[in-house]
Amino acid sequence: MKDRQPQDFWPPLAAGIGLGLALMGMFLFTGHGLGANGFFTRVVVWLGEITIPAWTGANSYLNPYLTKGHPLNEWISWEIIGVAMGALVGSLTAQRFQFKIERGSRIGIKARLVLALGGGVLTGFGAPLARGCTSGLGLSGGATLAVAAFVFLIAFFAAGLLLSALTRRLWQ
Amino acid sequence: MNFPIENSGILAVLVAGFFFGYFLEVSGLGSPRKLTAQFTLRDWSVFKVMFTAIVVAAAGLWLLGVIGVLRFDALKIQTTFFWAMAMGGALLGAGMALGGYCPGTSVVGLFTGRLDALIFVLGMLIGTTLFAANFDALQGLYMAAPGPKGQTLAALTGLPYWLFLLLLTALAVAGFRLGARFESHRGGVVNARELSE
Repeated sequence: MKDRQPQDFWPPLAAGIGLGLALMGMFLFTGHGLGANGFFTRVVVWLGEITIPAWTGANSYLNPYLTKGHPLNEWISWEIIGVAMGALVGSLTAQRFQFKIERGSRIGIKARLVLALGGGVLTGFGAPLARGCTSGLGLSGGATLAVAAFVFLIAFFAAGLLLSALTRRLWQ
Repeated sequence: MNFPIENSGILAVLVAGFFFGYFLEVSGLGSPRKLTAQFTLRDWSVFKVMFTAIVVAAAGLWLLGVIGVLRFDALKIQTTFFWAMAMGGALLGAGMALGGYCPGTSVVGLFTGRLDALIFVLGMLIGTTLFAANFDALQGLYMAAPGPKGQTLAALTGLPYWLFLLLLTALAVAGFRLGARFESHRGGVVNARELSE
């Protein structure tokens, strides 16, 4: 496997049409779109319930998730299992699966991981604030022409473009 | 048929999730270097894939509504909370520029072998815990400037729905054209071979 070249990515148009059909299918079956961040919120609730149950139960944001049985017993957990399987199948069948810490050539492993953690913290704070993430609010809301989705997407791209003036070297 | 079926059964969401992950992977959006290259304007794949998907799904849902097999008003449409969504969107943009992922693409990154995605996920769990810990103090921001329930661009402006489908299509086409120009001037898109080195 090692010496086999990875196949190149699909053209964005073809992959985008496929993604759009998957998104439409989700709406047709369930009435809602695709998501991602809701799963991580439920993981926080689940871990909180195990480690600090009193705090989790008293927390005004996390508490509502506790009242409906096991926090992970929800459609989004199955969807994320599907996402993981799709990513595995896509990368394994095209020789793109590779264990690595992906980073630009000018940054060390330690710095990359610190930035990954920091970026994750901002994202984990921002997504529940926005009531959704790039897929749950941006993509799925966009497909129903929700005003909310475009407020989110404009802010997302604007902040990314602005901050990228500082971070672009990290990724080269 | 009378869509939506409103069945969040395991099989339906598993299959939709599978193709969600599959199409993100095959377009390269599990790679933080490719994702962040959107913000440096070297590689417009994020915009192209996302807006193609939005146009395809939006047009498909609208058409099915027009021919009467889909109850469009039964679909979940988010209500705007302007400042929370603008702030949250900006935080996700910053999170991607720094950390290389968003929540969905971090799952794809992790399941294509990227261990930095695991650290990003750990960061997200910390971030959401911090959000929850400060939820009461954030109420003002969280609830500020609410819009009408489930408002669409058509409802906001009073213009016909199909007009926005045309505008979104025009935006996508413009993004493809502009993107192609930037990509050829900035070293070309990030390809799979480059990432495997």
